Amino acid sequence: MNSLFEYVLRLGDDSLILGHRLSEWCGHGPILEEDIAMTNISLDLVGQATSLLGYAGELEGKGRDADALAFLRFDREYKNVLLVEQPNGDFGMTMLRQFFFDSFRKPLFEKLQHSTDQHLAAIAEKSLKETKYHLKHSSEWVIRLGDGTEESNARIQESLNTLWRYTNELFFTDEVDNELVEKGIVPSLQEIQIEWNATVTAVLTEATLTIPTNNWKQEGGRKGLHSEHLGYILAELQYMQRAYPNMQW
Amino acid sequence: MRDINISELEQKFQAKIDNDVKIEPNDWMPEEYRQTLIRQISQHAHSEIVGMLPEGNWITRAPNLRRKAVLLAKVQDEAGHGLYLYSATETLGADREETIDDLHTGKAKYSSIFNYPTLTWADMGAIGWLVDGAAIMNQVPLCRCSYGPYARAMVRVCKEESFHQRQGFEIMAHLAQGTPEQKAMAQDALNRFWWPSLMMFGPSDADSKHTAQSVQWKIKRHTNDELRQQFVDVTVPQAALIGLTVPDKDLKFNEETGHYEFGEIDWTEFWEVVKGNGPCNKERVDARRKAKENGMWVREAANAFAAKRAARKSA
Repeated sequence: MNSLFEYVLRLGDDSLILGHRLSEWCGHGPILEEDIAMTNISLDLVGQATSLLGYAGELEGKGRDADALAFLRFDREYKNVLLVEQPNGDFGMTMLRQFFFDSFRKPLFEKLQHSTDQHLAAIAEKSLKETKYHLKHSSEWVIRLGDGTEESNARIQESLNTLWRYTNELFFTDEVDNELVEKGIVPSLQEIQIEWNATVTAVLTEATLTIPTNNWKQEGGRKGLHSEHLGYILAELQYMQRAYPNMQW
Repeated sequence: MRDINISELEQKFQAKIDNDVKIEPNDWMPEEYRQTLIRQISQHAHSEIVGMLPEGNWITRAPNLRRKAVLLAKVQDEAGHGLYLYSATETLGADREETIDDLHTGKAKYSSIFNYPTLTWADMGAIGWLVDGAAIMNQVPLCRCSYGPYARAMVRVCKEESFHQRQGFEIMAHLAQGTPEQKAMAQDALNRFWWPSLMMFGPSDADSKHTAQSVQWKIKRHTNDELRQQFVDVTVPQAALIGLTVPDKDLKFNEETGHYEFGEIDWTEFWEVVKGNGPCNKERVDARRKAKENGMWVREAANAFAAKRAARKSA
């Protein structure tokens, strides 16, 4: 197996699917400023997906470009974590999902920017700048909603209870990671998890939220085993490419 | 306090306008001038915000990553325009939330073009090319509008609109040169959006109730019919260039005047859509109202948190 291809594909799919989900908010945000912010973050994620999937295509060496990978694979070939494909829910659910993701991506990109793989390092360096803003934005909202009104606290606590089961998959590790960690190309996710735990505990505590004690883990995305939601995302995402095959847009 | 005669103030005000001196928020202005601007700028803001919906409809289905990114950026620009414009109405003493509520109750209007559905990807091209193209015709003269904050907002808005117009034309040109299915899709979009785009300039001068006063105040620099003619003159050759046919059997170039003559606009349709009977009026306003209602708890939480934080700081 081409481990680096698989690894970059996973990163690219996370950005692609979360960017898609966030873009569903466009025009429907709770305030105009947040409509702008969410569209902006979505745009950053689509940009990351373009760079990452483009590089994955090069690594694969079968002539597939970023668009071919984004639009023309089957459901079981997408490798994003289940967290990013979860429905938007209310604004608090979206911000919490984003916060869990950003808290993972920031330390990951901090390490990856020093990767011995120059191409990956360059993408990570650029994405890190964006991700720092995303994390600042999402953590501020988690705190604001957690420590806002009784209603907002209850709502985001419920989102926390729902999404918690998907967080562990961010640190899913298999032979792909093991090989690349050994070669010194990518960081160990155990290191990233330590930092993630610290960020998440600090923010959720400040937000006066209760971290669920149920540590039941939901995973499968990294192996292409998804929730029912992904099929519908792909039905929209791939619509044009499937309905009008082999055309340039 | 010295009793200043209103007519003296009005004369000074009109003199400023006649000398192309900008009116600024703290300057004296006739109440009617203020109200006209609030009405016009808020309608413009609402159009930007409602205008996000028909294009937002295709973001999740954009055909490739580049188109998706460009469309996201364009719709985001529109949200930004809405924000500057609501801010401009605030300089006139309007309250942003009340202004938005007027949209939701149907009291305030927005551009009728956004009450038409976006049915295919080519509609993203048609909207950029025609709708943003028409918006530019309307808005470029507003960069010289007598009210300073509006004029300055328009400078930036127009730069972005001009980029939007080009990206729309580029989508259309691409489709028109593509496969037969793509070309048919482009032609169909032009057929559906052509007439509503001409209607964007508003009623004929003879039926426009606001034009005369607005021209005197330099809020408006050209009449609706002048701008509409300018749009037709610019756009018809563009359609020809990419091999699409403008859906108007009466369209012809008049060598003497140097302008295109075009067919009669269906004003019954225009007024019906303005009244709320367009294909998507209800969906558009419902979507905006729902966004506000669903976001209420978020805004309340943000206010409550800000108050708590301020209390902690002062404690």
